[in-house]
Formats: sequence, structure tokens, C-alpha cells
Amino acid sequence: MLYREAGDFKTTYREDNQTFPIRFDRIAYYTTVAAAFAVVPFFINDYWANAVFVPFLIYAIAALGLNILTGYAGQVSLGTGGFMAVGAYACYKLMTAFPEMSMVLNVLLAGLVTAGVGVLFGLPSLRIKGFYLAVATLAAQFFLVWLFNKVPWFYNNSASGQITAPERTFLGQFVTGAQTSASAKYLFCLAFVFVLALVARNLTRGTTGRKWMAIRDMDIAAEIIGVNPLTTKLSAFAVSSFYIGVAGALFFSVYLGAAEVGESFGIQKSFLILFMVIIGGLGSIFGSFAGAAFLVLLPVLLKNVLVGTLGWPTDLAAHIELMIVGALIIIFLIVEPHGLAQLWRLTKEKLRLWPFPH
Amino acid sequence: MKSKFTTAVVTAIALAGPAMADLVVPNLSYRTGAYAANGIPYADGFNDYFTLLNERDGGIGGEIVQVPECETAYNTEKGVECYESTKGMGALAYNPLSTGITYQLIPKVTADGITLYTPGYGRTSAANGSVFEWVFNYPANYWDGASVAIKYLLDENGGDLAGKKVTLLYHNSAYGKEPIRTLQALSEKHGFELQAVPVDHPGQEQKSQWLQIRRDKPDYVLMWGWGVMNQVAIQEAVNIRYPMDHFIGIWWSGSENDVKPAGDGANGYKALTMHGTGMDYPIYADIQKYVVDAGKAAGAGDMVGTVLYSRGMYAAMVIAEAIRKGQEIHGTSAVNAAQVRDGFENLEITEERMAELGLPQFGPPFAASCTDHGGPGAAMIQQWDAAAGTWNSITGFIAPDDAVLDPLVAEDSAAFAAENNITPRCQ
Repeated sequence: MLYREAGDFKTTYREDNQTFPIRFDRIAYYTTVAAAFAVVPFFINDYWANAVFVPFLIYAIAALGLNILTGYAGQVSLGTGGFMAVGAYACYKLMTAFPEMSMVLNVLLAGLVTAGVGVLFGLPSLRIKGFYLAVATLAAQFFLVWLFNKVPWFYNNSASGQITAPERTFLGQFVTGAQTSASAKYLFCLAFVFVLALVARNLTRGTTGRKWMAIRDMDIAAEIIGVNPLTTKLSAFAVSSFYIGVAGALFFSVYLGAAEVGESFGIQKSFLILFMVIIGGLGSIFGSFAGAAFLVLLPVLLKNVLVGTLGWPTDLAAHIELMIVGALIIIFLIVEPHGLAQLWRLTKEKLRLWPFPH
Repeated sequence: MKSKFTTAVVTAIALAGPAMADLVVPNLSYRTGAYAANGIPYADGFNDYFTLLNERDGGIGGEIVQVPECETAYNTEKGVECYESTKGMGALAYNPLSTGITYQLIPKVTADGITLYTPGYGRTSAANGSVFEWVFNYPANYWDGASVAIKYLLDENGGDLAGKKVTLLYHNSAYGKEPIRTLQALSEKHGFELQAVPVDHPGQEQKSQWLQIRRDKPDYVLMWGWGVMNQVAIQEAVNIRYPMDHFIGIWWSGSENDVKPAGDGANGYKALTMHGTGMDYPIYADIQKYVVDAGKAAGAGDMVGTVLYSRGMYAAMVIAEAIRKGQEIHGTSAVNAAQVRDGFENLEITEERMAELGLPQFGPPFAASCTDHGGPGAAMIQQWDAAAGTWNSITGFIAPDDAVLDPLVAEDSAAFAAENNITPRCQ
């Protein structure tokens, strides 16, 4: 009854094309954004920031990035962990080489460096596709991890090969290092997520995104109607890697504070983010958020319920948690192979008809 | 399993009561994943020692000790989550048993004012207390271990290692990379040839590394391994018939779980240790009486007396003594985190005190100070007897080569101080 287009008259093309055509959705969206920016920062504490919100936001950026490449442009990538490592190490080198530089600039430049590396590893996509491309990106993953382990210049010759984020400020507030307040950490990441998601939404519904989707759906047909595969595929790699690089930079500098490449950016990370995209829904902005929430928040929730509330032994809880998350992934994919985003889409269809579905 | 579950539920209900007045020492453990084989006995030893204190003495200075456990799976992200979720309970000290997590927690504990105690692991240069105010790693650290191993080899070779080939097989992480710098300095000093061979996480696949070792024929292999990497490396060494008594592991590569899978082949394998092992200490009678027989043992209760169990117990003992010292200094039994840090800094573990605690000759006696958070660094060499299934100490405590180590510690901690704008204390 509430969830209707009826009565919401669109008088311009602009209004007709808006992201949330239904008033209820719009109100929900604006409320969420307002709450995220203006309410949460006043209530957030260290635990909620470090264990829940900051990882969720950062993984959402990474999932957005991979979704652009895999979901919109159809190029399967298993190199996400490696590209995040590029972002993290680029950010570290920038932070230590130019201490006075703004942290926002560091993160953006780290994203640009990753975009360059992504384009480089995207070159094979012009010749190979599908599983073969996945294997090529897998090579990128292993090569990059090996590189950051092997060359001491990347970790400033530290004895342990660890990179540690020095303290940096933005607008007079600490955003990296131990003195960072929970709300500063959260707001810094939230701002990146907000802007990047907005950009992603508008890129994907414009010419660029339509080209990506054309290549995804049938590359030969796309080429015939005048889509240049070279620029399209490489731009997908560049934009996607930029997002993933930003995620990697934030992951290292704001979230972890110290990282080692094999542990933080290994192959498991590539798979984790690929799972987020698949479970959330390929080719959907909302899906990136849903997938990240599912795989980041659910384990924390289960842990708190099993160990905190039910008081199970930690090892038993950890094993059961893996089983529950695994089972849920399978159930979700059987019920809805197109991910949580499709589930949400179907719910909305049903809501429109409710309470009188014919 | 069922009784374990019931005990856990009961403990949890007991834990759910008012906890504010108690002393809280969280146990960031790992009982799952590729490192569980080593994480379980350590966590059991850690928990059991505090259970013993609670059951036998009514806690420390009359205050019951709470040990909330949190599973990290040796993963740094989960480690952060565990730290954040437990620090609000009034945590007094952390012992995460992971060098990666330690690196992450060093800035956090410094800002939050909670002690980080990392015996035998973590950031080596934290031994310099004037830079690392909240971090303690006595009685020994990785660089001590590297130096002790080389000193032992020098003894074996009549004081001369010139021209010998030594291979370091290491876990390709912060943990495994720690000793490389020291070993490089030592190889320059003693003229042996050092080759570093990395093994990536988790270390189940080491064929190519051991092929390389077989080709290079090093005189000695040192290992910085953890988790399944240890078992696999020892099995691979047996497979290529590498002489086991020329294969020396750091103290984290020298537990029963590491050598048993290789069976008789592992006989003669050597490892460092910074404390005594085996059941010949009076404290085990108390643990049997108050903890095991009372059904309060942590985990499955089958790890009592193993090498890593003793190490977990040793870490718990040092933390308990530091809390006691803090209570003594500040004249209150309900100490806070800052007072416990003072306890750590003024801690002195003497031979008499260890004997009182039921652990005579268990570890090296040491005394901490404002500048010295690293202890003497001495370690013993133990050798595996596969037939008897025991580790036997074959040397006494060997002191490390401080002439090499001290400048390295000073250099690394100075770099940390410069990066983080820390003015050294105690000057």
C-alpha cells in the first residue's frame, strides 16, 4: 500500500531516470544516509567501529570494485587480494615518503597506482576470457604477493617485512594510527564509500557502464555495434582496480594499522571478495553492500551469539560458525542464484502488489 | 565432547555474573585453523594456570582472575575484533601468541594503556623499554634465539663456523622474517654462509624448499616454523634423509605435536627452549589435584605437561607474578591496567620464587627494568627422543651474543621511535 509508484508523478526525464523511482525507497535511502552520517558517529564506540562498521565499509568498496569488473564488464578476476595489496603498499610508501600529504590524497593516489597496475594485468583480457582470464589474474595475485615479500623497498627495509601505518591527520583529526577516534575512522571510510558508490552508480548507468554490459553480454556483437573492446575492457580494469586500491589503502591504514602481505592480502581475500560479489549479486550496487554485510557481519554476529550469549567453547563456536555461514551461502545460492540483490528485487515486486496480488 | 560442552556452558553462566571487581586477563587463543595444533596446548596451559590460582589460592591477592577466551585463528583481523571486544572488560594484559597480531596491537595498547606481554615472540626490539613502554617480551626473543642457536653451533664446531653453510627455513611472515637480520649480522661475524628459504602460509607444501636444501647440502638447517609447517618440514627432512641432529628449530618448532607425525624418523631433531619441559615439577601435582581431577581443565584436558602447555603456563605465571607485583607496589588488590604495567616493569623472577611456585629451575631468573623489557634471552637446546617420546635438554641455558644484538635492538627501536614521535623514557 505504501510501496507504490501510483501518485508519484514524474514530470521530467531526470526524475524518470532517478535511482529510486518509488518515494518509499527514496525516503528510506535518505534516512539511511542521514543516519549514517549524522547519528551513528555520536554513538559509535571502538568495538563497533573496528569490528563491524569499518571492515564492512571497506569490504563494500572492494566488492563495488570487483562488481564493476566481474558483474558489469564480465571479466572474472581472482587478483583482488593482490590489487588490494598494491593499494596498501602504495599508500604506505606515500605516507612515509610525504608525511605532510593529506590522507585523502594518499588514499586516492594509492587508488590511481592500483588502477595503473590493474590496467597492466588487464591487458591479457583482450585476448583471453572466462576461466583463462581468471587464471591470468590468479597469476597477478601470486606475483604481487611475492613481489611485496621479496623487495624490501616496498616495506622500507623493516626487519619483519611488516608495514605499519604512521599517524596521519585529516582536517586536524587523526584518521590513522592508534589515537584515531572511532567516529573519525568511521566517518573517513563512510565518506569514501558514499562518494565511490555514487560514482559507481552513475558510471554504470551511463555510456561507460552500458559499454561494459555490452561487452559482458556478447563481446562480438558489442564490437559490431561500435563498442571498442580495448578501451572498454581496460577502463573496466582501471576503474575496478581504483576501487580495490582505495579499499586496500583504507584496509591497511585505517582498519588494520599494520599488515603483512601474505596474511592480509592472500588468495583467501580474493575469494572472499569474489564470494561477496556472487552472494550479493553480480551487476548490482546494492548487491555489493549486501554481500559485504553478509560475509563480514554474519561471522561477527554468530560469534557473539554462540560465544557471548550461549557461552559455547570458542573452538566449537568457530567451527559451527564456518558451517553455518557455508550452509547459508549454499542455501542462498540455491534459492536465488542471482544473489541477495535479486532477492531484494523480487521482494520489491511483491511489495508493489501487496496486499492484493491479483 | 558432551561434558566439555556442559562445563563450558556452566563456566559461561558463571562468567556472566558481575565481573567488574575481578582481574581480567583475556586469552586470545586459536583452537581452529592451520595453527591449532600449536595453539590448543598453549591456550590450555594459560587457562589452567589461572584456574589453579583461583581454585587453590582464591585468585591473586584475593582477587579472582577471569580469563575470557577469544578465538583468533591466528588471523590478524579476528585478532583486532578480539582485542576490541575484550578490552572493555577491564583487560589487564594481552598475550596474543601471534607476531602479526602483536604488531597490530602495539600502537593500540600504547594508546589504550594496556600491557602487551609477548614471551618469545612479537616485535624483538620491544626489548627496549625506553621506547616500548607497554610491551614486554622477557625472558627471550627471536634475535636471542637466533644467536643462541648459532652459539650452540659454534660450540659444536670448536668455535669456528667459517665456510659452513646454514640454511634458515622460515614461515614467510613477520614471525619468520624476524631472525634474518640477526643471522645476517652473525654470518658476517662468524663467516658462515646464510641461505634463507621462505615457506608460505600455511606451509603444507614444502617439496621445492626441501629439494633446494637437498641440492645445497647445508651443514645446518635452522627453522622458524609454526603450525602445520613444523610437522611438514620435519617429515620432509626425514624424506630426504637430512641428518636430524643438524636440524634445529626455534622454540616454536619444538613441541611433541611437531615431531610425532614423523615417527622414528624425527629422532634426534633439536629445538630451542626457554623453559624446562616434562612433568617433573611439583606444580603438576597441584594442577592434577585442583584442575584436572576437579574437571576444570581447559579444552580436552589431554595436553597437560606438553612443551607448549608448559609455555602457556609459563606465560600465565609471569603475568600472574606481574599482577602480584603491581598489587604489592600500589598496595591494592584490585589493580588496574596501569598498575599491572608497573608490576611488569619491576618484576623480578628469582630462582627461589620459581621454586615456591612449584617450578624450580623452570626458566631463567630475570629482573626487568625501565629500559630492559627483554630479559636475559638465554635458552637451552633440547633433543627429541622418539623411542621414549620425550624432549631431553642437552645443554644448560646459553646466553645470546649481546654484542651483536644490542646495536640491532637499538637501531630498530630508534626507527620505531622516529616513525611514531616517541621520546625515549628513563634517560
